[in-house]
Amino acid sequence: MTATTDTAPVVPSFDDAEGSGRKLAIICSKGNLDMAYPGLILANAAVGEGVETHLFFTFWGFDVITRKTMGDLKFSFVGNTAMHPPGHSAMGIHHMLGALPGATAAATSMLKKQIAELDVPDVPEFLEILSASGVHMWACRMSADMNHVTEEDLFEGVEGIISASDFIEITEGAQLLFI
Amino acid sequence: MTTTTIAGHQVEVNDEGFLTSPQEWSEDLAPELARLIGLELTEEHWKLIRFLREDYASQGETATLRRVSTQTGTPVKSLFALFPGKPAKKMAYVSGLPKPKGCV
Repeated sequence: MTATTDTAPVVPSFDDAEGSGRKLAIICSKGNLDMAYPGLILANAAVGEGVETHLFFTFWGFDVITRKTMGDLKFSFVGNTAMHPPGHSAMGIHHMLGALPGATAAATSMLKKQIAELDVPDVPEFLEILSASGVHMWACRMSADMNHVTEEDLFEGVEGIISASDFIEITEGAQLLFI
Repeated sequence: MTTTTIAGHQVEVNDEGFLTSPQEWSEDLAPELARLIGLELTEEHWKLIRFLREDYASQGETATLRRVSTQTGTPVKSLFALFPGKPAKKMAYVSGLPKPKGCV
């Protein structure tokens, strides 16, 4: 390591992201507990980096922002061949055991416990935090119509029920993730 | 590694400008670090900086935004208002700590 002396301090370029107009759009299409978190965590990271962030909830993703369901998302390991108990990556659990009565409830409560242990908020609190951080949240018009849901049924931070084309317009120039 | 002078103190900083040794930080450095990133410190900023310093001393790692919010009872919205744009990194910078490692 070579030490050099520099009298003018190096200053981190914190405001580059805001200045560059970087935008991120995440389409959340899943309503399972384990598939809700990736979008929320990435949105939280992006907004904390000064990136203009938009979340679009569609199809099963609607459950993440519907008041009645957002606190009660579930995790099933049926079809998930990567399922194993926490800390035992070599000990596989046959995914079809997840179809047994009670398996979803047990797996959900285990996952919720693991998430809470990391001090990661539950879904409703996470939405509150994202909203307070300035993340834009949108609900899909077609999904709302299919589910007979109106804005009153949705988390209050959702800015509106909009069409797919409106979302495309709003997120012009954004990097996009489909989850 | 670069040695630089901030508020009359010789400190080592990394390529981005973060202090590399938290023990080289002292309270008189914070206002100058803040000024360099366009902030003027108020008592609210200081409350958070002191928490970050104490938490780093006890935990050995920089608190994430979530931890700062829950442990100090400061709403996330206020953290974004006090340290706009990149609150977690700005807080760490002014407090002379490494960037937080945690995801949330």
